[in-house]
Amino acid sequence: MRSESLSWSRRDLLTAGGLVVAFSCLSSSRALSQLAGGGEGGAGPKVVAPDLPGSLRSFPLLDAWIRIDPDGRATVFTGKAELGQGIATALWQVAAEELDLPAARVEIVTADSARTPDEGVTSGSHSMQDSGTAIANAAANVRMLLVAEAAKLWEIEAVQITTDGLGAVVAPDGRRADYGTLASKLSLHVPAIEDAPRRDPNRYRTMGRSLPRRDIPAKLTGGAIYVQDMRLPGMLHARVVRGPSVGTALKEADFDAAGRMPGVVKIVRNGKFAAIVARSEWQAIAALRFLQRRPWQRVERPLPVESFVDALKRLPARDIVVLDTHDPAGPAIQSVSARYSRPWICHGSIGPSCSVALFKHGEMTIWSHSQSIFDVRRAVAELISLPPDKVRCIHVQGSGCYGQNGADDVSADAALVAIEMPDMPIRMQWMREQEFGWEPLGPAMVTELEGSIGADGKIVAWKHQVWSNPHNNRPIDAGGYLAGQEVTTPFPIRAVEPIPMPEGDGDRNSNPLYALPNMHVIYHFLPDMPLRVSALRSLGAHVNVFSIESTMDELARASGQDPLAFRLAHMQDPRARDVMTEATNRFGWAKRVPGDGRHGCGMGFARYKNIGAYCAVVMEIELERETGRITVRRVEAAVDAGQPASIDGIRNQVEGGIVQSLSWTTRESVAFDANHRTSFDWSGYPISRFSDVPGGVNVHVLPQPGLPFLGAGEAAQGPTAAALANALADASGVRLREMPLTPDKVKTVLGAI
Amino acid sequence: MDTSGKIFSEKVRRSSVERLRYLNHKRVLVYGLVGAGICTLLALALTYRYPIAAVARPEQASFSSEAVEKGAALARIGDCSTCHTADGGGPFAGGRPLATPFGTLFSTNITSHEGTGIGSWSPAAFRRAMRSGVSRDGKHLYPALPYEHFIYATDADLDALYAFFMTRRAIATTQPVNRLYPPLGFRPLLAGWKMLFLHGGIWQPRTDRSVEWNRGAYLVEGFAHCGACHTPRSIAGAEMAAHAYAGGWAEGWYAPPINGQNPAARDWTIDSLYTYLRTGIDMNHGAAAGPMAPVTYNLAHAPASDVHAIAVYVASLMGKTQNTEVGMAPLTQHPDAAAQDHPIGAALFAGACSGCHGPGAPMMTQGRPLLSLGSAVQEAEPRDVVQIILHGLKSPTGGSGPYMPAFADSFTDSQIAEIAGYLRSRYTDHPAWPKLNEALAQAREEGGQP
Amino acid sequence: MTITLHVNGRDHTLEADPSTPLLYVLRDDLELNGAKYGCGLGQCGACTVQVDGRAVFSCLTPIAALEGRQIRTVEGLGTVDQPSRLQAAFLTEQAAQCGYCIAGMIMRAQALLDEKQHPTEAEIRSHMDANLCRCGTHMRILRAIRRAAGLPSTEGF
Repeated sequence: MRSESLSWSRRDLLTAGGLVVAFSCLSSSRALSQLAGGGEGGAGPKVVAPDLPGSLRSFPLLDAWIRIDPDGRATVFTGKAELGQGIATALWQVAAEELDLPAARVEIVTADSARTPDEGVTSGSHSMQDSGTAIANAAANVRMLLVAEAAKLWEIEAVQITTDGLGAVVAPDGRRADYGTLASKLSLHVPAIEDAPRRDPNRYRTMGRSLPRRDIPAKLTGGAIYVQDMRLPGMLHARVVRGPSVGTALKEADFDAAGRMPGVVKIVRNGKFAAIVARSEWQAIAALRFLQRRPWQRVERPLPVESFVDALKRLPARDIVVLDTHDPAGPAIQSVSARYSRPWICHGSIGPSCSVALFKHGEMTIWSHSQSIFDVRRAVAELISLPPDKVRCIHVQGSGCYGQNGADDVSADAALVAIEMPDMPIRMQWMREQEFGWEPLGPAMVTELEGSIGADGKIVAWKHQVWSNPHNNRPIDAGGYLAGQEVTTPFPIRAVEPIPMPEGDGDRNSNPLYALPNMHVIYHFLPDMPLRVSALRSLGAHVNVFSIESTMDELARASGQDPLAFRLAHMQDPRARDVMTEATNRFGWAKRVPGDGRHGCGMGFARYKNIGAYCAVVMEIELERETGRITVRRVEAAVDAGQPASIDGIRNQVEGGIVQSLSWTTRESVAFDANHRTSFDWSGYPISRFSDVPGGVNVHVLPQPGLPFLGAGEAAQGPTAAALANALADASGVRLREMPLTPDKVKTVLGAI
Repeated sequence: MDTSGKIFSEKVRRSSVERLRYLNHKRVLVYGLVGAGICTLLALALTYRYPIAAVARPEQASFSSEAVEKGAALARIGDCSTCHTADGGGPFAGGRPLATPFGTLFSTNITSHEGTGIGSWSPAAFRRAMRSGVSRDGKHLYPALPYEHFIYATDADLDALYAFFMTRRAIATTQPVNRLYPPLGFRPLLAGWKMLFLHGGIWQPRTDRSVEWNRGAYLVEGFAHCGACHTPRSIAGAEMAAHAYAGGWAEGWYAPPINGQNPAARDWTIDSLYTYLRTGIDMNHGAAAGPMAPVTYNLAHAPASDVHAIAVYVASLMGKTQNTEVGMAPLTQHPDAAAQDHPIGAALFAGACSGCHGPGAPMMTQGRPLLSLGSAVQEAEPRDVVQIILHGLKSPTGGSGPYMPAFADSFTDSQIAEIAGYLRSRYTDHPAWPKLNEALAQAREEGGQP
Repeated sequence: MTITLHVNGRDHTLEADPSTPLLYVLRDDLELNGAKYGCGLGQCGACTVQVDGRAVFSCLTPIAALEGRQIRTVEGLGTVDQPSRLQAAFLTEQAAQCGYCIAGMIMRAQALLDEKQHPTEAEIRSHMDANLCRCGTHMRILRAIRRAAGLPSTEGF
């Protein structure tokens, strides 16, 4: 139902100064913005229409999302970014489905502060929930309006009109009208209604299928896809000059000499910020290496070289109660109590971060692979003292980022250079060691769990404590960038707040989905960050699920119960039960090889954030006791992501998450000494190579037609880590709890000679 | 004229002579045959080694954990796993090719498998193999197994090593056939070799040396068999005792002298030797490369006190008996002169090598040693520099550690020769290496051996 | 210095410092996007191209070493409309997530298949070890290579 009284302009909605909602029920706009932004940090857009689904809440006008051209082709706008997770393809399928157009006649435009709605950060597995839901509904609205227009034209009831899936509406008597003609008669500058009729899942043409991804062909044949591939006329190559890692700086640098090196056009300096600009990349690199011959020093407090568990537990903590339930239950007969941990790990994006910036006619355009395009626009505007409406930030793909890597900082670096060199496109590329040295890491975490079971073999009490730095440090203002602290007048650093549950950060997934009595879950939020940290795929879920699922397994074993049966006995959510059953059936759990010292099987389960996708992972490993090396022979996983947009897209993400999580869990740990990070390249931070990956990984998607979309991008991280630890315990009888579970650690604990 | 007599006497004479000759020939022949027969019998007797009866594979539980642990430590020091584990093969299951100047040998399965491993060997059979190079069934073993070092081992240590191997997982394998140049495939020849070159007995400690030195000496001369690579060998392939530790060859790499002729730019101290042996790199020297890398990986897991003892002994071989101040003489670097003399090498170095090795490179910012500190550029032989460029280096287990990519496919032989010449000129004061192209060709050819 | 490089079957004459790694010449002078900067240290393989049929790290191969040699990049294998057998296999298996490593993977695999039409699983894994993928696309990449090599796609060691 259209309301004539709403007359916001699109411009209003696309700039930071949107209308404030009158009917909000939450007290602080910050909390609002966090929720609207996907609960993943970042500023997020304000909610103006809370009854609408997904990001329509913030951008209710249909033409913010969809445009139908006179030739009937549709363009869809999403504020989310393609990170390689396949979201552009998935949303394209969603739009094509609800518009009922062939996919080939639909174009999708991803995050661009000048063209698309601000959907906050692309993170937290929220893209399907926020953008997918918005686009599905907006498209349904558009289809409804087109049908209504035809109904008017033909003077029949709208309900009698169908769409043919090829771009036309059809009357029962066969009259046709194409979308282009109809669209030209109506305005999409109207708000969506929340219950526009959706298409019947049983008649889906596009959604729920595995269409080939739109971006893959070009990636296989050298197409220009990435920020790194951009070539603008007159583009210059820049390299930022810093010490080896966070908290260090060059003692002195001969910028004059560097400025005279071949091809160097300018050395841009602003306080402690310095960057080389040269005609060719090789010349820029040569100048950078020239400057880096000089010694460096630590300029911040030393890094903690003691045990990180001790270091974290000694930091000042703000205790947040996640769960505190009291239920009648019998006495505890057996208890399992243990500590789990993971050190700092890094994103390790294959392509070091890169950004292109151009300052022309008083306007700055930044091409960035940040997950937070809209924050980059606002925060960089502040950094370079321009009003936000003079800054445009366009998302272009980079390599997989898995959270906040160097992408935000490199965009700030590029802009600081570009503003000094008007009309010259600046390509700022971080070097490999700069990505390792300066990217924010995944926080180290410690958990302590205690579970008790009663005489009937069921859990009677459950305690979980988790210590972690904030995972929510995405820059939302200039002070959040490295450069923001280096410029002549540094910007203030914002105090960090925890992301509230149900999203959570360090406490993400610390609340078990199992129906357990007497749950006491506490998050010891540690705002003092000894190392630079921020969001890394799944945030606290990797460690929390590892801990919970290890404890579940230990309780099962201690009481002689099968790990699957034990979990099912405590799980009421039918979708959770289904993924566990599916994965274990596919695996052949009932007939699995018993743990015999060299072989073992284990499972792990979680529902991401308890509101996202369900995922169960089961694996079989072989253990070489002589070396401690674990070979994963096979993995079967099941995932329920609600109504799937692209089944293969979900499979791809979950397979990838499993392989990545195995690498995190078995080998990764950022090395550092008191002065700097000593992991500066892949030799100092080895990750899984082809000789380390499993024999086979099969992912089974359980489609739920018509149910809400659930993002699956982070669902496998925790369950995989747990399945591995459980398989190892099954194989060896020994429980390892301190990630990474390296061969040396395994060997030491086995004590095998 | 009585011709018949003459003829007769001639005949007689001739036939006597002939007969004599014939008899001589026959005698020689007979004596020769008999002699040869006796010699053959003698040789067979001398080369013959009786088989030792097979035993049932001992129960794992029959070995004390102390013995197994001691054996594990000795296996680390002996670097057994490196030769006896093939790429992708089971631990100690053999099958790894070893390229030698005599052809290619394959290591044997020394797991506890009864049929294809040593599971049916008695302790006595094991001791005999280690000290005398004879397998249980009496076959002579090639000195690729360095039994001229293991001969020094005590019974107790060999029994501990036996306990270790008998408690390894039994893995069945098919032994690949050796590819030695004929007639070296004829094992009884080895008896002769041993007669000439296998000497020694249980190691005797020196009373004028410390307990630690003696431990180091026992290990180095014995299980660690350092001389097997670091001592030059005669044409017969035997270590030349008179030139102990004066440098040798292993699998196409040159193992530099570890006596007073060690070429390193800065002195080795006990501490730097210890660090190098335990971690594979020392900041005043360089990274362990080629066959030395897996040695340091195993020593990283050996008892620290034993590795320290080894360091003490080797330091004494080099002529240092105590920790001396590391000579902090300025390091050689002639980048400009070297670039002038080797412009192609300089350009190739700038593009291929300086990203890690050049000034200002991240590796150098992290404090890794300058190339002049590495032994490779300082050695009289260019082979190690050539091999490192061809093959690179990486952690044996894929763990963290010094890493260098291989350039065998990126560069032609003459390009690598250019780079090597440039390195020699830039990082040392030594004369240029002669015959770099030959060194390249040899390295490629030997590297081509399976 | 003026140098002529033979890339994907054509000669290109250009002016560049002889020490310039091939990677930057391919990307910035010849505007070929396939080979990527991943580390510049020969550790990740995102820059992999073929030189005389062998897979090499273009980030560490200065153009001074390449006169007269045959350089092939992913653009020289095929196009979107006419992909090579290997590229088509990657497409069928949808073997990419972010895709940044993929051109390097394809070139590394192509060098193996050029030498050995039917490699074993162990040979494929060992050969591909030089290239890193952070998204965890390994299983699909292996399936694509198996597919191109005419091997059954069933997995296992």
